[in-house]
Amino acid sequence: MSPPRPKPKLDQENTAFWTGGSEGKLKIVHCADCGQYTHPPRVLCRHCQSENITAKAVAGTGVIDTFTINHQPWAKDLEVPFVIARVALDGVPGVYLTTNIVGCPVEAVAFGDPVRVVFEEQDGIFYPLFEKVA
Amino acid sequence: MAREAYITGVGQSEVGVRLPRHPLLLTLDAAKEAIAEAGLTFGQIDGVFSFPGKSPGYLAFSPVGTDEVIEALGIKSKWQMGGLEQPAQLSAIGMAAWAVQQGICRHVLCFRTVYEAGGMADPATYMGARPDTVSGASQWTSPFWATSAACWTAQYAARHVHKYGLTREQLGQIAINGSKNAMLNPRAKAITKDELTLDKYMSARMISTPLCLYDCDRFSDASTVVIVSAGDALDEVKCEPIRIAAMSGSVDRYSWDQVEWPAAYDAGPDLWRHTDYTVDDVDTAQFYDGFAFLPITWLEGLGFCEKGEGGRFIEGGTRIARDGQLPLNTAGGQLGAGRLHGFGFAHEAVTQLRGNAGERQIPGNPKVAVATSGGGPLAAALLLAKD
Repeated sequence: MSPPRPKPKLDQENTAFWTGGSEGKLKIVHCADCGQYTHPPRVLCRHCQSENITAKAVAGTGVIDTFTINHQPWAKDLEVPFVIARVALDGVPGVYLTTNIVGCPVEAVAFGDPVRVVFEEQDGIFYPLFEKVA
Repeated sequence: MAREAYITGVGQSEVGVRLPRHPLLLTLDAAKEAIAEAGLTFGQIDGVFSFPGKSPGYLAFSPVGTDEVIEALGIKSKWQMGGLEQPAQLSAIGMAAWAVQQGICRHVLCFRTVYEAGGMADPATYMGARPDTVSGASQWTSPFWATSAACWTAQYAARHVHKYGLTREQLGQIAINGSKNAMLNPRAKAITKDELTLDKYMSARMISTPLCLYDCDRFSDASTVVIVSAGDALDEVKCEPIRIAAMSGSVDRYSWDQVEWPAAYDAGPDLWRHTDYTVDDVDTAQFYDGFAFLPITWLEGLGFCEKGEGGRFIEGGTRIARDGQLPLNTAGGQLGAGRLHGFGFAHEAVTQLRGNAGERQIPGNPKVAVATSGGGPLAAALLLAKD
């Protein structure tokens, strides 16, 4: 049994991201003026500085941009090995999420693998993890 | 014509693991050695600069602030600066260079003190309270147990493996070369006791693929001091001054996971825009190696080889050995000589250029050195010249 995941401190900028999973949605800050996405989330668009932004549900699919198999237990009782990956989100150019790839052996993960989001809820936070698309 | 800035003194305390000596005293040791080398007194120092400044929430990372050094060493300072919001560790020396170039200061004491090993012996004082939530940049990595920069750097390294074919045998040359050099560095004795062999490297346990145990630097306790002096104050020093011929920095978004490659690929090319020297003039490279992959990004970013060719450049280790084409991390780097956190590279560059490196001195009267710092989205580089 692994320890609880480090818990993000919710604030005005990040709440939609960390709680969107309660509706099954992965939400990324989107600009209604220029149409581009901002991540990490901010109270403005990092591309055009517009304040006309909302956290918009995105497809929740993507591809593995890069990854590492982590063998070091960084916390007591943390089960290893596991995959830490950076996922490039479909339809959200320029946005990458650090995440874990779950539901398959660590050896089964490869660059470019298509993946989709699965949420793991702990203490009100919906952690966006990803699994390979069969 | 812009005034020039010179490094006139370098100093270093004992480097150890769980040293009982108070970090302010380690800083004093390094400062005394540096001003003695420069032929100055504390009374002639009029600026104190550091990276990252005292870090009260986690004192082990940076236990000493510029105000304490000013107070404890009896310095009358005109300008001081300690800050994390800079493009990597060596930027504190870059800021000092600006201060003397502007005529604000004449002799600036720059320092970096670390107590990351010793701090573990006194967690209440040095480790800080563990927060029950994560915020800021770490909230995007820690919740997925990517809690260490090892995991972040590993993902850049994995991309290099995937795209360019970097092998473990190639990557291992950074740590192996570092250990060979550390064996000849009296200050590295507490960190490197045996030379690392390729067999031992290849059988080491993984931390975060492709980085194994020997690809990660080790917490240590030490202070490193660099004195930066104005070109028109050189009549006050008694040493061979080393000119800061160029410097460059880069910060790309401050998000490790939103950039494709570390910032060395930006700060590297930029360094050459500020000097008539070229990459072919460099006699020794002192590249930040908190993780073994990072020197490869500097080799490629500064143009010692094409992007993607770094693994092949270091293959076999002969090119980066002390008698090779580009002697690298001649004091052992952080992998071999401890996590001095950036300043060790400037210290060793100056030591080599002055011919003071003893048993590890590289041949051929070196005149130009590059020292770098940083990893991920932040980077800073210094070009140092004996001219």
